[in-house]
Amino acid sequence: MGEMIKMVVVLTVLSVVSGGSLSWIKEFAGPKIENQVMNLVKGPAIRSMLSEADNDPVEDRFKIKDGDIERDIFVGVFDGVANTVVMESTASGFADKIGMVVAINMADETLRGVAVTTHKETPGLGAMAKNDPNFAAQFNGKSITAPFAVTNDGGKISALSGATITSRAVCTAVNNAVSSYNQLKPQLDEQIKAMGK
Amino acid sequence: MAKSIASEFTKGLWEEVPPFRLVLGLCPVLGVTTSMKNGIGMGLATTFVLLCSNILVSMLRNVIPAKVRIACFIIIIATFVIVVEQMMAAFAYTLFMDLGVFIPLIVVNCIVLGRAEAFASKNGILKSTADGLGVGLGFTWALGLLGAVRELIGTGSLKGDVFGLINWNFQNIFGSSFEPFGFAVQAPGAFVILGLLLCAMNLIPSK
Repeated sequence: MGEMIKMVVVLTVLSVVSGGSLSWIKEFAGPKIENQVMNLVKGPAIRSMLSEADNDPVEDRFKIKDGDIERDIFVGVFDGVANTVVMESTASGFADKIGMVVAINMADETLRGVAVTTHKETPGLGAMAKNDPNFAAQFNGKSITAPFAVTNDGGKISALSGATITSRAVCTAVNNAVSSYNQLKPQLDEQIKAMGK
Repeated sequence: MAKSIASEFTKGLWEEVPPFRLVLGLCPVLGVTTSMKNGIGMGLATTFVLLCSNILVSMLRNVIPAKVRIACFIIIIATFVIVVEQMMAAFAYTLFMDLGVFIPLIVVNCIVLGRAEAFASKNGILKSTADGLGVGLGFTWALGLLGAVRELIGTGSLKGDVFGLINWNFQNIFGSSFEPFGFAVQAPGAFVILGLLLCAMNLIPSK
């Protein structure tokens, strides 16, 4: 009996100490990791989507309150008019969450581009969502009034072969971005008015 | 006493160097050694986990009940692996992306668990520290060597850095007429080159 209690106590204490120190580490490393992701993953993805913009969308980002969370919004200025916003969104993929950046042209409410930033999908199958430019290019220029879906579900996006779940998740993430765009539109309009020339 | 601590350290560097002499921990050995940079990065990450887990396991060796020792070792090892993962993502993000899933997989690396079970749980802190450091650095040079050979044959160049501290950049070592042998940086090439290195190691007699 005494041994039993000792086992339970030792395991509990070890787990508590480990969990506590890890949450401290997470707090310490979290902002630094976010910074790295911004510089090395999101930044390049956004810059290449908005490569024709007059400004640097990553420099000109701002935060908007959406309920309890703060969202990063990136703005692209084209021909002197700030008319493109980039929203971040996520959706559950085949393994873990898929993070995406979605560029929306506010003038005619179409997509200017989408890109996958973070994911843990299967290499060679689901990972093609990030690596195969043709897949993401299907979204370019599409109107955001109708939700996106893969052809199997009656939509217009052809899924990556062998990665239907990933393709669905990408559509969901884009839809999420669109719906939060619609929700935040008044605030976005106000923020953006000041930008551009 | 001092002599035995030194010998615990040096045995990991040559006589018991894990991938070559013991042929252990081959998953990362074959997976990440596409370049010298990745090999050394992975080796140093493993060294950190090995060193910390050895010290902690050795400190707690009289507290941990024998029946749940493996569970305790895994908790300790997993904690340090997450520390390494977070720190690498925060300070060396490109390396973190290159190594990918192999960082979390250090948890199940048999060398780390093996040293905790076979050595640290039976020996004092000083010896365990020397053992962890020795085996870890042995693992690091083995991965670095394998990575260097594969990168040289596969690309003809050596290029990289260790956490931005040391840089190296040698382009076209074999001259411009050298045709890169891409096989060496792919998975089957890893097996062949590991076999050749094992063979070379065995030609040198261990004392």
